[in-house]
Amino acid sequence: MAADVKTATSPIDDSKQPLPPLQVWALPVLLAWAIPGGGHFLLGKRGRGIMILVSVSLMFFFGLAMGGAMFKPESGDLLTTLINYGGFVGDLSSGALYVVSVMLGYDQPDTAGHVHDYGTKFLVTAGLLNILAMVDAFEIAAKRKS
Amino acid sequence: MKINLSHFEAALLFALFASVVLGIVTKKTDRERIQYGAKCFGYFLLALFAIGWAMKLGHG
Repeated sequence: MAADVKTATSPIDDSKQPLPPLQVWALPVLLAWAIPGGGHFLLGKRGRGIMILVSVSLMFFFGLAMGGAMFKPESGDLLTTLINYGGFVGDLSSGALYVVSVMLGYDQPDTAGHVHDYGTKFLVTAGLLNILAMVDAFEIAAKRKS
Repeated sequence: MKINLSHFEAALLFALFASVVLGIVTKKTDRERIQYGAKCFGYFLLALFAIGWAMKLGHG
């Protein structure tokens, strides 16, 4: 009996919550992708939105300034395909930052050097951090988090 | 504009931005967010120095 009560109140139950209706979270998540921190702004979490906007954008701009390369979805052997597609998803996750920089013609060749290499990692990581921000915006919109 | 950072400066910036976002999205109260962000930054620094020294000693 005691074990049943413990199981019923364990955090595992949180993951079994049904997916909320699309209209509740789609716009904040889409906005969070397009503009880092945008989802938080829409949901009234301005402080957190500004911090995410500044952090993700600065990381992306430092990546550009260091001459980081953007990944392209190109195939090859398994590892090459994984790196290229994974990197492309990371770059693309920065939303408007990625789209605008590519539209403006940013196309840095993949060259040797630690600064350039860090730049590539900064660009991908900015996108990956933005994915975390999108998940956070989803949880706030779904009322799973304040 | 091109910037030329050392390994240490680049890793420090990386740690700072990542820690801020991790702190924001992971915890539920502002106090917990600040604590977690600071802890992440500390762990990044620890790893930075530890791996840096390991590579230096490993190279001889």
